[in-house]
This record gives sequence, C-alpha cells and structure tokens, in this order.
Amino acid sequence: MAAPLVLPGCAGGQSALDPAGREAAEVYDLFVVMVIGGGVIWLAVIGLLVHACRRRRRTWSEEGAGRLIAWGGVAFPVVALFALLAYAVWLMPSIRPWLDRSVPEPAMIDVTGEQFWWRIRYPAEDGMAAFETANELRLPVGERVAFSLRAADVIHSFWIPSLGGKMDMIPGRTNVLSLLPTKTGVYQAPCAEFCGASHAYMAFSVIVMDTKAYDDWRRRQAAGNRPGGSEGERLFAHHGCAGCHSVRGVTPVAGLGPDLTRFSDRRTVGAGALANTPENVARFIRNPSAIKPGATMPAFDMLSQGDIAAIAEFLTGRP
Amino acid sequence: MRLLPKEVESLWTLFTGPTIWAVHFLVCYVAVAIYCEKARTGPFTFAEMRLALVLVTLLALAGIVLSAWLAWRQWGFGSGDPPHDAPTREDRLLFQGFATLLLSGLSFVAVLFVAVPLVLIEACQP
Repeated sequence: MAAPLVLPGCAGGQSALDPAGREAAEVYDLFVVMVIGGGVIWLAVIGLLVHACRRRRRTWSEEGAGRLIAWGGVAFPVVALFALLAYAVWLMPSIRPWLDRSVPEPAMIDVTGEQFWWRIRYPAEDGMAAFETANELRLPVGERVAFSLRAADVIHSFWIPSLGGKMDMIPGRTNVLSLLPTKTGVYQAPCAEFCGASHAYMAFSVIVMDTKAYDDWRRRQAAGNRPGGSEGERLFAHHGCAGCHSVRGVTPVAGLGPDLTRFSDRRTVGAGALANTPENVARFIRNPSAIKPGATMPAFDMLSQGDIAAIAEFLTGRP
Repeated sequence: MRLLPKEVESLWTLFTGPTIWAVHFLVCYVAVAIYCEKARTGPFTFAEMRLALVLVTLLALAGIVLSAWLAWRQWGFGSGDPPHDAPTREDRLLFQGFATLLLSGLSFVAVLFVAVPLVLIEACQP
C-alpha cells in the first residue's frame, strides 16, 4: 500500500532507478534482476521458516530432510549464485565500455575535479572551437561521449546516476569513461568521493539536448560573451575577479577559478550550491565560504552593495 | 619427522581440494595481471592466454575430482552415515574421508566461480 507513496522518490534527475542512458539502464536491469532474485530467495527461506514453526508438525524423515538440505541448501545456491555471477560479469563490458578506444583522447570531454568544482573542457569538433566551461555539462542525445577524468588536488568521483558511472578521478591519473545518453532532460551529478568540507556542495548539472540545440549551444559557448560595456563588466575587471575567472570575449584567459563565460546559461551558482539568481550570485561574491566551507575564493564583502549587484547583473544578465 | 607420511591417514589429503583452488586462483590472477601489464610486448594474444587458463581450469577440476574420488573411497563410498564421531580409528578415517569429499565439492564450485570472468571478460582495461 505504501509503494505508490514511496516509489515516486525513485524518479528524478539524480536517480539510478530512473535511467536516461544506456549504461544506467544496464545497471538498472542488473539491480532489478538482483532484487527479484533476492526477493524470491527471501520468500522461500521465510516460507521454510514458517513451515518449520508450524503448530501441528509431521516430522520429516531423515532422508527427506537430507534431500531438502542437499537440493535447497547446496545445489540451488550453487546454481543460483553461478547464474547471477555470470550475468553480472557478462554485463560488465557494457556497463563500462572501456574497451571502446575508438575515441582518441583529445576528442574526449575533459573533466577535472577541483575542490569544490568541476573544470570542463570541450574539444574542438566539426569546425567548432575548443572551449572551457565549469559545473555544467551539456551532451547530445543518442551520441556516445567519452570523458577523460582527472583530479587537480584530491580524489573526486564522477557520477551521473541517470546516465551511468561512477568513475574515480585520481590526481596524477587519467581515467576514461564513456556514456550514451538516451533521453533529453536535466540531470544532477554529485561528487561521489568525499573530498573535503564542501564535498556535499560539489555537483554539476547535466543537460542532455537534441543534436541541433547542442550544436547551437556549443557555437554560443565557443564564441563567448559579447562585450557590452556595462558597469558590471568594468567592475568585474576592476575588482580583480578577472584575475581568476575568465569570461571569454570580455576578459583575458585566467584559468585559476571556474570559467564564467555565458554564466547566465547555467542553472546553479557555486557548483550546485545555489540556484542561479542575481541575489545568490551576490551572496556568493560577498562570502563564498559561508555557502561553501573551504572554498578557495576569498570573501569580497569589502565591495559596496552596488558594485556587487552590478557584477551579479553582469554575470546573470538579469538586474 | 617426515614431511610426507607413509600412510594415507594424514590431514594432508584433506587440503588437496582447497590447495588446488588456491593455486588455480593464483595462477589465473597473476597470469592476467602480468599479461595486461605487458600486453603490448607479450608474445601471445589474450585469446591464447585465456585458452591456456581454461586448460589450467580443466586440470584443476580434474585434480579436485580425483581428490573427491579418493575421499569417497576413504569414506567407504557412502556406506556409513555421518557423524563419524566415535573415538575409533575407523571413524576417524571415515570422518576425514567425508570432510575431504565436502571440501572437494566446495573447491570444485569455487574453481568454477573463479573461471567465470575468464570466459566472459574480453580484454584488458586500458
């Protein structure tokens, strides 16, 4: 009876039980098979327990009991475990299509975990230039994408529950993961390896789009921001924001902190910490550590409210 | 003290199955690990190594079946029912035979479980 109330919790943009990619679907199938298998075995064992506890019992003959133990306690577990093991091992290559090395490394999307955000580099493709972005991944539906995964400081882990994974990001190593999104939508990806004080606030959005929208987005991203000469744009450079954050087309390349080019397209501020609104951007600028403990960006609470609001307006494109 | 006893009545036979299982596991694990590390320079292919390990597996299974048959014989081909817990020489022999038989069964299944990935995994992870 509780199932209809509880089961909706399994859906959503960050659930391995609501797959939107081929690898996640395989994991889901494995999960369903294991749950059903486990459930049937559990019911059988409980059935035997009830049978053993029944009131009026007729004693089993020693031979009958021995047969039950030999079949139910030896033969059945051996065969069932063998089948489940074989199924799981057989699925492995499709859950982790690491054998597919047809994509050369430079053509992969490069994702680097840093405390506590994600540096994302798209390669040049089909005449579109390479570019860097942060904390938001956009993917074309129905196309296999390969990621090269790195870490800049400590171990992080790359996991998009709806699409597949996870794969650790280890400093000094490049791990490769390949995914095939099958449904358009917006998904959430948390860092899946404890990486410090703001581990819980380290997430990125994944937006799976149809190919045309994806190509348009790539073109826009590669082109960067258009200089508008706004007050916020001037203050962004004047107060030193541009020393760490690039806004391509407007400021020189910095590369220390998250790239903020076309920030207005993003869904969140601070790698999934807050929704992307001018108020939240202002809050973040004023004191990043209040939102993300341990964040490397210093507090800019010495700036006037007006300056912070202007910078937030420049970034979000909204007053 | 002799390392190998004169008579069959020894605990050594009890460990035959598990020992074969352990050796088989080690051979498979080490062979695949070394092969994958040196895959590019190795003189044989993954398929050849897998075939060799399948042969090792068959050999291990044959060894375990042999040990099980010897144990079955020691147990008197199931002529008496367990538990053989009387403090007599005969019961000790029968008990050991029965225990060896069970351990052989366990080892047989364990060797099969170890071999499953060999059949289904296709190549080394880069």
